[in-house]
Parts: sequence; C-alpha cells; structure tokens
Amino acid sequence: MSSLPYPSHADPRRTLLASALIGIGCMAAVDEIIFHQLLAWHHFVDRDTAFALASDGVLHAIELVLLVVGFFMMIELHGAGRQAPGYRGPGFLLGAGGVQVFDGVVDHKILRLHQVRYVDDLWLYDIAWIGFGVVVLAIGWLLLRRARRGHAASQR
Amino acid sequence: MFLPNVAQWLALLAATLYLAGVWRTRHAGKPWSPWRSASFIVGTITLAVAFAAPVNAFAHHDLRGHMLQHLLVGMFAPLGLVFGAPMSLLLRNLAPARARATVTLLGSMPVRIVSHPLSAALLDIGGMYLLYLTPLYTQSIATPWLHHVIHLHFVISGCLFSWAIAGPDPAPHRPRWRTRLGVLILAIATHATLGKLMYAWLLPAGTGASPGEIQAAAQWMYYGGDLAELLLLVALMQQWLRERQRAARGKPLPAG
Repeated sequence: MSSLPYPSHADPRRTLLASALIGIGCMAAVDEIIFHQLLAWHHFVDRDTAFALASDGVLHAIELVLLVVGFFMMIELHGAGRQAPGYRGPGFLLGAGGVQVFDGVVDHKILRLHQVRYVDDLWLYDIAWIGFGVVVLAIGWLLLRRARRGHAASQR
Repeated sequence: MFLPNVAQWLALLAATLYLAGVWRTRHAGKPWSPWRSASFIVGTITLAVAFAAPVNAFAHHDLRGHMLQHLLVGMFAPLGLVFGAPMSLLLRNLAPARARATVTLLGSMPVRIVSHPLSAALLDIGGMYLLYLTPLYTQSIATPWLHHVIHLHFVISGCLFSWAIAGPDPAPHRPRWRTRLGVLILAIATHATLGKLMYAWLLPAGTGASPGEIQAAAQWMYYGGDLAELLLLVALMQQWLRERQRAARGKPLPAG
C-alpha cells in the first residue's frame, strides 16, 4: 500500500457519473451553440418549425440541467473527500464522446431526426461527426483503464 | 420632479414592511440572515426600476422595452423576493396562534394545488404563451387595466413558481426533489421554445413592430429567461447539496 493521500473512501463510480454528466452537457452545448445556432446546419428534429424548435428547447433544457447537476455532484464528492482522482477525465470524455456517437448513430442514422448538414456529400460529415465521437470515446476508455490500474497522473 | 407611481409605492411599502420585520426579529434576539434581507431588497428595487418612468416609456413604444420590463417583473424580481424568505419572516413576527393559522392556510388544499410546481409552471409559462401567441398582447397595449392585471399576474406567478421549485420559505407539502427538477426542465424547455417561436414566426403579431425589433425582443426573452432559470436551478441544487450533506453527517463514513 502506498502512503499517498488517496482517499480511502473515494467513490470512483460516482466521480465517473458526475464528470460524465458534465461531459454530456458540454458536448450537447457545443452541438447546440455551434451547429444549431451559429451555423444553423440543423435542429434537433428537422420537421416543421414548431416541432424542430421545441425539440431544440428540450435539448437546451436537458444540457443546462446536466451541467449544473454534474457540477453539484462534483462539489458534494469534493466536500466529502470522496472524489476519486483519475476518474474525472475519463468520465468527461466518455460522456462527451458517448453522446456524440449516440447522436451520430441513433439520432442521425437510425431515427433520422436530423442530419449534420443538408448537402450532397453528407457521408463526409457523418464520418467526421461519428469519428470524432469514437476518438473521444477511445481516449476516455484508455484513461479509464489507466485509472482502474491506479496509473492515472493524478493518482501518482 | 421624480414622483413614484403606484407600483413603485407598493414596492417601497413591501421593502419597508420587510425591514420592519427584520428589525423586530433581530431586536427580539433572533437571527436573520443579512443575505435574505439583501435578496428581498434587491427584489423590490428590481420592481421599482422595472416600473420607472423611462422603462415604462421604453416598454410602451418598443417590444424590446416590453420584454425588458417583463423579464424584470416576472422573472428577476420574484427571485429576489422569494429568496428573501418573506413568509418565514412573517411567521417569526406573528403571535403563535396566528402563525399556526398561517401555516394551516399554507397547507390547505387550494394553496397546495396552486403551489404545486406543475400548476405554478403552468400559470407562469402558460401565461406567457397566452400573452405572446394570442391577440392578448395587442389587447393589453390598448387596455390599461388589462396591462396592469397582466403585470400583476406575472409578479405573482413568478413568485409562486420560484417558491414552488426552490423557495426557502416553508412548503410542507412540496414534492420531492426529482419532481421539482423535472418540472424545472420542462419550464426551461417550454420557455426556450417560446422564445424561438416568437423569433421564427415574428410574434406577438399585430404590434406594428419591425421584424428586427421582434427578433431582438425574442432573443432577450430567450437569454434573459435562461439566466433567471439557471439561477433557480442553482438554488434548487444548493438545497439538494445541503440535504445530502446533512444526511451524510448523520451516517458514519463507509469503511475503507
């Protein structure tokens, strides 16, 4: 056993969950702010205006709430000395990458709620969208493995 | 010369009564957080500013002015008033029998129904849909008494909503945290949607305002409303955190 101040009652699962909520909220906010609002490439549901705008409203509310709830869970863990070092980074990346891949595969391709952009070479955008999510997810997974072995930078 | 109007007199009266209550409470040796007092006073100042002559004039001929007034009256002032915990202050200053009667009133069925987060949200956000998506808005401009009733509605429903979601005042039958968070998500979503609808469909209709003016007003509503709801969300989570910490203190730390 090392004598490092690793919290003896740290809660890796909850740390992972809290940071994942923040990751999901951040990635959804990037999607909403950059692609829905600034570029206006798509809405969450591209059907008639009212429905598309309502779906964006729901997305906006959920991402805002996930961010704040995630931050408060972090504050609680921190105050109780139960934040598990090494699990924040992977949690954030798994949340962010996960929601990106889910959006790209389920929302865009399976449910066909909306497409990234309404152009001819859509597949390029799809590959970029899903590929980016997969890369983020993979880095998160690698970091999580490292944390589980106790090799994360913040655990040393 | 600057002469306060009725709304401003009422705000001043509320502030005076509140401060008298605080003075009496502290005089009796009971504590009262200065933050609560500051919150309530900021709430009354927000109301007084919202009904100041220049803002009234701006609101009268410009939709952005109306939206500014609406945000101050219906969203920001209620936050200040509710987080000043006026009901708790009142209860501390009432004789025990009267205080008990007041608590009974707060727990009575009609108050419970109206102050349920869902009905409070419906009154508040539903009122906004009614105002901006129907001819009610143009009616209210032409009819002074309707105009005042609508302002009063938004002050009251704004307070009711803030209190129902996260107010510090006693709410014996308040639903659990998850329900309140769910209603808040719904409220943020419907409010954001209304802002976007007004932007896209150039509503309220029939005001003679230019499309640019309507869209600017809709954006003010979207971002301003968001900020007020974010503050309410943070207050709700702050309560959650305190409850969790209190519960954790009662329990021993898990073995590790």
